[in-house]
Order: sequence, then C-alpha cells, then structure tokens
Amino acid sequence: MKRLRSQRLRVPAIAVLATAALAVAACSSNSSSSSGSGTSSGSSSSAALTASAPGITATTITIGSHQPLTGPAAPGYSEIAPAAYFAYVNANGGVNGRKIVYKYLDDGYNPTTTASVVRQLVLQDNVYAIFNGLGTPTHLAVESFLNAQKVPDVFVASGCDCWNSPSTAPETFGWQLDYIREGKILGSYIKQHFAGKKIGYFYQDDEFGQDGVKGLDMEIPKSMVVSRQTYVPTNVNIGPAVAALHASGAQVVVSFSIPAFTALLKLNGLKLGYSPTLVVSNVGSDAITLSGLLESFAKQGGATVNGNQLTAGIITDGYLPTLGETGNSWIALFKKVHDTYDAKAPFDGNVLYGEAVAYTFVQAMLKAGRNPTRADLVNAINAGLPQGPAVAPYAYSSTDHDGITGAYMGVINNGVLVQQGPVYTTDASAGGAITTVTATQQAAPASGIPSP
Amino acid sequence: MRSPLLRILGVALLGAVIVVLLSIKLNAFRDYQIAEIAVYVIAIAGLTVLTGLSGQISLGNGAFMAIGAYTTALLLAHLGWPFVAVLVVAGIVSAATGAIVGVAAARLHGPYLAGVTLMLGVALPFLAFVYPSTLGGDQGLNVVYTQPAFLGVNFPLTRWQAWISSAVALVVLVLLANLGRSRVGRNWRAVRDDEVAAALAGINVAQARVLAFVVSAACAGLAGALLAIITALVAPGAFTITLSIALLTGAVIGGLGTLFGAIWGSLVIVLVPVYATDVATSHGLSTTVASNIPVAAYGVVLILVMLIFPQGIQGGVLWLLRLLGISAARPSHEASTPDAMPSAGETPARPHEKEGTQ
Repeated sequence: MKRLRSQRLRVPAIAVLATAALAVAACSSNSSSSSGSGTSSGSSSSAALTASAPGITATTITIGSHQPLTGPAAPGYSEIAPAAYFAYVNANGGVNGRKIVYKYLDDGYNPTTTASVVRQLVLQDNVYAIFNGLGTPTHLAVESFLNAQKVPDVFVASGCDCWNSPSTAPETFGWQLDYIREGKILGSYIKQHFAGKKIGYFYQDDEFGQDGVKGLDMEIPKSMVVSRQTYVPTNVNIGPAVAALHASGAQVVVSFSIPAFTALLKLNGLKLGYSPTLVVSNVGSDAITLSGLLESFAKQGGATVNGNQLTAGIITDGYLPTLGETGNSWIALFKKVHDTYDAKAPFDGNVLYGEAVAYTFVQAMLKAGRNPTRADLVNAINAGLPQGPAVAPYAYSSTDHDGITGAYMGVINNGVLVQQGPVYTTDASAGGAITTVTATQQAAPASGIPSP
Repeated sequence: MRSPLLRILGVALLGAVIVVLLSIKLNAFRDYQIAEIAVYVIAIAGLTVLTGLSGQISLGNGAFMAIGAYTTALLLAHLGWPFVAVLVVAGIVSAATGAIVGVAAARLHGPYLAGVTLMLGVALPFLAFVYPSTLGGDQGLNVVYTQPAFLGVNFPLTRWQAWISSAVALVVLVLLANLGRSRVGRNWRAVRDDEVAAALAGINVAQARVLAFVVSAACAGLAGALLAIITALVAPGAFTITLSIALLTGAVIGGLGTLFGAIWGSLVIVLVPVYATDVATSHGLSTTVASNIPVAAYGVVLILVMLIFPQGIQGGVLWLLRLLGISAARPSHEASTPDAMPSAGETPARPHEKEGTQ
C-alpha cells in the first residue's frame, strides 16, 4: 500500500497543479466579464447617449442568441450567426453611434442547453434582446421565459407560425416566411402548373413539415395527392418512403425537407430510376448547399455525380433576392459585406439570410429611437417596419407578429435559382387570397445602412 | 461513537445551509446553475448506486429522466396537481419502468446489458414522435410552474428552483447513503463482487439486481421531473443518448460508487462547458474553434481525471485529505462511501462470470 502511494505521489501533484491553473483561468475570465458589466452600469452620460436599458451603454448595444454551432444542425446553419452585416455597421458608425456586440452561444440544437445558455445571456450577461434564436423546439424552450422577463425576442430563425401570438407572447417576433404561407404559395403554383398530374408529398414529421402540408392542402385539391410520406431527421434510411412515392405513380413530389433530406430524396429516386418533378421548400433548396451534399453523399456511396446537374429543374420559392442576380442592389451590398468581413464562408443562402435578418434588426433599432428601452424596440416593430431586403412586405403590427409575407417562385438552373414570374403574397389563413405584389422592391441604400 | 444517521443528516444540513447562502449571494443565472447541478446530482447518484454498488451498467438512464419529465408535464398540464404530488408520481412511474427493464437486465451482463439499456436510451424519446397529439412531438410540451404565492411576486423564480431542486437532491442523497449502509447495500456489493458467493450466502441475486434498477430509475425520474420545471419544457431533443452518456461520464469522473462523487461529477458537467466557453470567447478565438472548446475541455478533464485519479475526483479528494493529514475526514466520508473505493476499479472486467445463478 505504502509503496504504491509513493509511486503515485508525483502524478496527483501534477493534477493539483493543473486544477489550480484551471481555477486561475476561470477566475480571470470571470473578473474580466464582471468588469465589463461594471462599465455598463456605471457609464456616465457624457454624451446624449445614455444607458437607457439593460445591455445598452453609451457606446454599445449587446444582444444575444442561441445557435447550433456544433452537432447535427450545425452544417449550413452555423454560417448564419457570424452576421457579417453587424461588423459592417460597426465599421460605419454603428447604430446611433453605438456598436453592436453580438454574443451568440452554442446550444447544439438541444432544448435543455438552449434554456441554460439563454438564461446566461439574460440573467448574467444582461443582453438587451435575444436576436434570431435558431430552431423551433430549441426556441420554444425559452419563449415563455423571455416573455416573462420582458426581453425582446426578435426575428426567431424558424418559420413556425407559433411565433405569431402577440396576446400571449408580446415580446416574440418571427421573421422569415412562415411555412403555412409558403405551403400556400407552392400549392397554388402546383395547382396552376400541374393540373391533372399525380402529386406526392414528402415532409419532415414535425411542425416544419406539418405546417407546410397545412398550407399545401389549403390550395391543392385532396384528389390530386396520391401519396404522403414522412421522415424524421435522425433516420437517413428514406428508401421505403421514396419507393412508396414511386409506386404511387406521383409525377410531382413536393418536399418540405432540410437540405440533407432533399439530397437523399433525389439520390434514392435516382437509384430506383424515378425522377419526378421536385418542388422543394425554401429551407431545403439552397442550390449551393444541395449541390455539395449531393456530391459528398454520392461519393460516400462510391459514385461520382455532378451536383449542379442534379439540382437543375428543382422548383422552389424565395423570399430574399436570388444569389445569382448579381445586379440586384441588395445582393451587391451583402456580397460586398461578405467579401470584406466573412470571406472564408461561401456566399450561399445561409450567409445571405444572416445578413438580411441583421439588416432588419438595424432597421428596428434605428426606429426604436436614440436612447431606446426594451419596450421601445417592441413598440417600434409593432408599428411596422419598412420593407428591406425581403421581396415582400413584413406583416408586423400590434396584432400580427409574422415577418415576411410572400415569395416568388423559381427554378434552379446550373446551380443558381432563377426567378419565374411575380412575387406572391398571402396570409396564413385557409381562405386568404394569394395576390401578386405589383410594387417594385426598393433598392438598397447606397450607404448600406438603413435610414431611420 | 456518534450515530451514522446523525452524521449523514449533519452533512446534509450543512449542504442545505451552503445552498441557501449561495443562492442568495449569487446572481439569478448562478441560481439556475445550482438547480441544474442538483438535477444532475440526483440522476448521477442513482446511476452511481446502480453501477458502483450493484455492478450493473446503464446507458439508458436518460430515458428514465424522460419518463419523469413527461409524467410531470402531463400531470401539471391536465390535472394541475401540486408539485410535490407530481414529483412522487413521477418517481413511482419511472421506478415501475425501471422494474420492467430491471427484470430483463437481471439476466444480462456486461456488454449485453449495456446494449439493452443503450437501446432504451435511443428508442424511448421517439415515442414523442409516435404520439404527437399527447406528447407534443418534436416541439415537446410546455411546463408551467411558478414559485408558491407565500414567497411574494418579487422572489426570484430561479432561486426557488435552486431551493426545491437542492432539497430533493439532499433528501435523495440521505436516503441513498442510508440504503448503501443497510442490508440492501451490503447485498448489492456482495452480488457485485461475486454472484456465486452471494447466492450461496442466501442472497436473492436477481431480486437485488432488479431493486438496484428500480432505485436508479426512481432517482432518474425525480431528476427528470425537476428538469421539466426548471427548463419549462420537455422535448425529445433534451433526452438524447448524449444525456445518458453524460450521466455515466459524470459518475465516472466524480468517482464511481460514491455519493460525493455524484456531486463532483455534476459540478464538472454543468460548470466546465460554461467556463470553457467564457475562456474561449474572452481570448478572441474564432467561433468555429471557440464553439468546440467546451467539448474538448470536457474530454481533457475526463482523460486527466482517469489518468491521475482512476477512482475519480472523490478518490483524489480523499488522497489529498490523507496527504494533508486530515485523518478525521476519512470516517466522515466513509459514511456515504461504504468501502466502494477499493473494488470499484475492478467491476468492469470479470470474464469468469457465471450466469443463471438463480
């Protein structure tokens, strides 16, 4: 016993040292963060800019978010958060002279972790607002907490219609086109262009797919739909579902799927010699992401495919200008910002999304006033926001917390989405008409920063 | 000589005082972390009894937490019972499930047992997708639970959550410490060390093993119930296999078979990722690197502890106390760690196991 102990004596000593080092590191990080919050509370009002709300100082606006930076949802979605647009605004004078400090924490798409990191942001880091928290199940875990704490919960990164409940969740606002509206727009296009054809549904078995199907069913007559197949994101074996679509003779397949499953749908179809016309929701149809996934999945299976060839002909919708339209002032602005501040990431739909939603936040902050309280931001959005980078207007009012209300239809050609026809707009109700937006979209401001 | 029960109660009381003082002194987010730590303490304590004392492994205790959490959500939403009653029922429902799993588990050993419990951990959360109208599917169920009225509206909710979670954790620890010292605990250790000898000594081996599963599942169920009220949501994404693995990791890091180890393990699981993120972001690392630092830190801690203190942090603490000559500390710890230390290391590999001893 004694001999053993003396032999082992040195090793535990190292451990004690290591622990001490860790503790010191932890303490130092702790003190630095507390000194940070100290300046925020004790800032003097030397200028007209004051610390008007938690998270706002004379020089900064601190906002927080939860994002899947690791785990299964990270590929693609982790590109949204860097929001290069905030860096651009900060370099060009900030919002009313205040710099935006954007603190986004990893939740790995796990609701328990979301609950924990958002409490850290609100209770300890005193953020002004939670911005663009990503995911439906994850964000639902903190929606009631944020509303109870009266923290603005703006522009949730999910198309769930559930963010639109101003009476029970007055602090929460959606942003992207919700899946019911999107389903209606896709459905009405299918009804018009594929009359008499057999239609199959392929969708994710959760609120994302179910809301989408709800919208589709409002427009497509039940008699046209020959098969309804679902998948769960954790099971990649969708062979049986694709075989069932094949057997039903569906000539057009509508897919409410995330990118990986759009790619699997295409590849499984190819294996069976089944190539229906694909109509895919915006979430699962980013041409650059899809093409990369198709090529890497095929490579895992020992085959070589041309991603751009396979995505050609996919019909989808878009609520932001298409990436291929380089002449569009919004695309030009966001490309310039991306190339300056986030050049390492590919300029794809996710990056565009991150920049566009950041632009909307700056619009809202400018409207909230020079020294805004938290309520000022909510009131500013409730009073409506001018249409920014989105192709259709926002729905925002004190009784409607949905964001973008419409989209155009398009076809992917040579890796680029090409707009077909006009922009449609509608509401989320069954009877609500689908109308064409006639006004042309306003160009991006030359400075790249919205005017208040 | 003082009574061991009094000593255990004394330690528990000291724990309660520390929690109350910390919860008042620290900010609201730290209160939330205290509640989180207490939840993990309960779940890991249950697992450490199962694995450390009775020698059975479980990779599925996250599933028992899910059962406790969903039971809580359904009872609060539909029947509006008082929380204490809900807590008891959640524990009973999980324990009943544990009994069913335990009956199957009592016939299995080593990797086969790990396989069965792993399957439970992976498969059970999918029930939420099978019955979306009752269990809420991917979105899960909201749980509404606020502090009791007598505390006043201005009493911070997170402090109340810290108190109630810690209270349950302390009660569970006291009960487990007593159980470990009782005939039941001695039977478990006998079964763990040599089944044939235990059977010859008149111990019902199968019964002892099933009982360990029931106790472990009940603890996990209580932890799940508390997790449901502090996060205000139960969703399948919270109870993936990662949770079950984290519980086992916590038990091993802290010191398998010791209740103090459950506390150390919970501290590591909850605090290391947060500190690692703070350190990574305050040193200005790029997000792709910084977001992976917590996972790496967790791995480094696991490797270091296993290399240096194969018996977990509690093993290291005891070594340190002995080194400092604080011999008085040893018996007081023994109260909750009844001679599990020497043999905990040898439990995994026993190739000559006999089966079918009943």
